[in-house]
Amino acid sequence: MAAEILARDVGLDFPLYHGNARSLKKTVIRNVTGRMGADSRDRIVVQALRDVNFHLKSGDRLGLVGRNGAGKTTLLRTLAGIYEPQHGVVRVTGTLNALLDPNLGMNSELTGRENISLRGQYHGLSRPQIEQLAEDVASFANLGEFLDLPVRIYSSGMVVRLGFALATAIRPQVLLMDEWFLAGDANFLEKARDRLEDMVRGAEILVLSSHIPQVMLDWCTRVIWMDDGRIRADGDPGEVLHQYLDAA
Amino acid sequence: MGYRPRMSMTLHAPAREPVLELSASQSNLSQARLALGDLGRLFQMWRLCWSLAFLDITLRYRGSMLGPFWLTLSTAIMVGSMGFLYSALFHMDMHSYFPFIALSIVLWNFINTLVNDSCTCFTAAESLIRSVRIPISLYAVRVVLRNLMVLAHNVVVIVVVDVSLSAEPGWTGLLAIPAFLMWIVVGVALVLLLGTLSARFRDIPPIIASVMQMAFFVSGVIWQPSQLKQYEYLLALNPFFSLLEVVRAPLLGQVPSLPIYASAIGYSAFLLVTASLLFVRTRGRIAFWV
Repeated sequence: MAAEILARDVGLDFPLYHGNARSLKKTVIRNVTGRMGADSRDRIVVQALRDVNFHLKSGDRLGLVGRNGAGKTTLLRTLAGIYEPQHGVVRVTGTLNALLDPNLGMNSELTGRENISLRGQYHGLSRPQIEQLAEDVASFANLGEFLDLPVRIYSSGMVVRLGFALATAIRPQVLLMDEWFLAGDANFLEKARDRLEDMVRGAEILVLSSHIPQVMLDWCTRVIWMDDGRIRADGDPGEVLHQYLDAA
Repeated sequence: MGYRPRMSMTLHAPAREPVLELSASQSNLSQARLALGDLGRLFQMWRLCWSLAFLDITLRYRGSMLGPFWLTLSTAIMVGSMGFLYSALFHMDMHSYFPFIALSIVLWNFINTLVNDSCTCFTAAESLIRSVRIPISLYAVRVVLRNLMVLAHNVVVIVVVDVSLSAEPGWTGLLAIPAFLMWIVVGVALVLLLGTLSARFRDIPPIIASVMQMAFFVSGVIWQPSQLKQYEYLLALNPFFSLLEVVRAPLLGQVPSLPIYASAIGYSAFLLVTASLLFVRTRGRIAFWV
């Protein structure tokens, strides 16, 4: 089945319940001016997404730009099925992999191998596939004997390599990616770029959120500029990035 | 050394939800359908559920010499000391009191840790909930499975006490099996219920902890129901007691009374219905609450 993403009138409010409500309130007001209100039951809510509409077909590469707190990551999480929208419809056809957090559910007390096995199981891989995954990840991340030791004792470079290798090992039809992947040491970066590009090429649809204009121009065929949870501009990467950079 | 991805290495995950459709319809029917879908995916992912529960236990005891058998040892010490103390305090025959207290303590520990663990069912899994789409019910089943594994280690204590005092429940003991299966189902419902409430209202966990402390003393864990004499019938009103008794009494060779069964089944049904309704209504909101 061909991959497809449909977002129609997507709207999402973030309720704020916990923490020191007053100081949180001030922080939120500072950061997302005008987007905060109280809902019908007087809870404080942030309007994280409003009237988001787009339709992606196989072959589309969408970039999301916008300042911090504009709703990029929330939109990715909504497409990944982690947050369910309160308005509108999200429909994603095809296998999905969301690279949102480099240490996605990684437990530092567990060994590298156990973490790999868990990740394989999140994706519903079979036992032989998980062995294949472990082999692939271990050889890419260059872990050697550390594979059977707790992640807690890894160097920070090793943790980044393991997280990256794991995230990029399973090839989806729909790839959702946050900008964290450009972390890591320079030597690793080149190797990583090859692997990432290989994965991106293999995916039918890419949705990428990034601050770096060059990445957008290289990889994307369409860019959406998110502002205050709404789509401010949508179109050709060159044009949208030009508008965005002018405004910033 | 350059890394070259090999074709044979390419891994493709199976599509669990070939079409992921999330519409913001607030209708109860569509919410119920999503809740059922959640349970359906739980059955597809039972292996992950098992691994998470198993790793919870291994992690807790990694590097220790006895490992999870520390649980067995500490339960044995508790049963031993309470057995001597209370049989003396209550002027009871040790031969009948020891099997009772061993069973009581082990079963109560299961209930108690299950209830207390349920408070952190979702909040402790926050980073996982926010980074990957896993059925919400899986987190609850994980807590129940983990506690069943702990229980399995403690059962050793009951067996040792029963064998050494040659106390055996006989065929009546079989009545504990359906009751225990009911525990498991109600346990999942309870963890979902309390886990959800604790994620939304952070005052719930301390309230639950103090309720459980009180429940330990009023639910006939250390004293035998018959010691209440003319007030014994009131025990059927206590959900902790009736639920404990439907599993405990058969294992002591006694058949629980009808009011006890009625009370256990009634409270269980109430819990199941409440938990299901809450699950249908809040399943999609938990990711925002943790």
